[in-house]
Amino acid sequence: MAADDRVERAEGDVEVRILLFAGLRERRGVSEEQLRVPSGTTARQLYERLFPAGPEGRLPVLFAVDQQWVDGEAPLADGQEVAFIPPLGGG
Amino acid sequence: MLAELSSSLIDPRAVEAAVAHPGAGAILTFLGVTRDSFGSKQVLRLEYEAWPEMARAELLRIGAELEERWPGARVAFVHRVGVVAVGEASVAIAVSAPHRDEAYQASRFAIDQLKRRVPIWKKEWYTDGSSWKANAGEAVENG
Repeated sequence: MAADDRVERAEGDVEVRILLFAGLRERRGVSEEQLRVPSGTTARQLYERLFPAGPEGRLPVLFAVDQQWVDGEAPLADGQEVAFIPPLGGG
Repeated sequence: MLAELSSSLIDPRAVEAAVAHPGAGAILTFLGVTRDSFGSKQVLRLEYEAWPEMARAELLRIGAELEERWPGARVAFVHRVGVVAVGEASVAIAVSAPHRDEAYQASRFAIDQLKRRVPIWKKEWYTDGSSWKANAGEAVENG
């Protein structure tokens, strides 16, 4: 979708695609979704907004933006893909 | 380099064949096998989920690091996704090297890095529910 085609977007918003796996995917019921967030939002802030801490705290996650591991502290840019990576269990 | 996710039984011989070459003096194959218990709980089956693009990319990065660290070594990875029955291999890693010492070291490096870095998740199914299991060994979420 070209940037011009996007409508109803509030001034200062960015649109990002989020990828969810394992328990996070089950909690939201989807493996990916497109979201509009206020400009300046970081991956970590978005994660904390989408997954409020339960009585036992919040699952520690890693972040990947556009398939690069990041610390989650940088503001997200329009069109970026954000993955929340729960604790790994491979092997 | 073979770095594959598979939803069917792993053939270890095929993984070994991917690293065989005339300069190899040793081929070592590691199989991670699904266990039938977690503490006192009986595990009925396991289910693996991956982020396929990143899992393959990370396996390739681990392989490149391994080959740089142990010159002449080669590595191949196959990891299961989807349902895995108890007793089946969830992962196979074959390493070849000029000599056995390097093969043992590189094999250990490969599985340790895989567990630490590759975006794959495991769910254990018990008689009374299921749980996503983190590699640290503790349950991360009940379901």
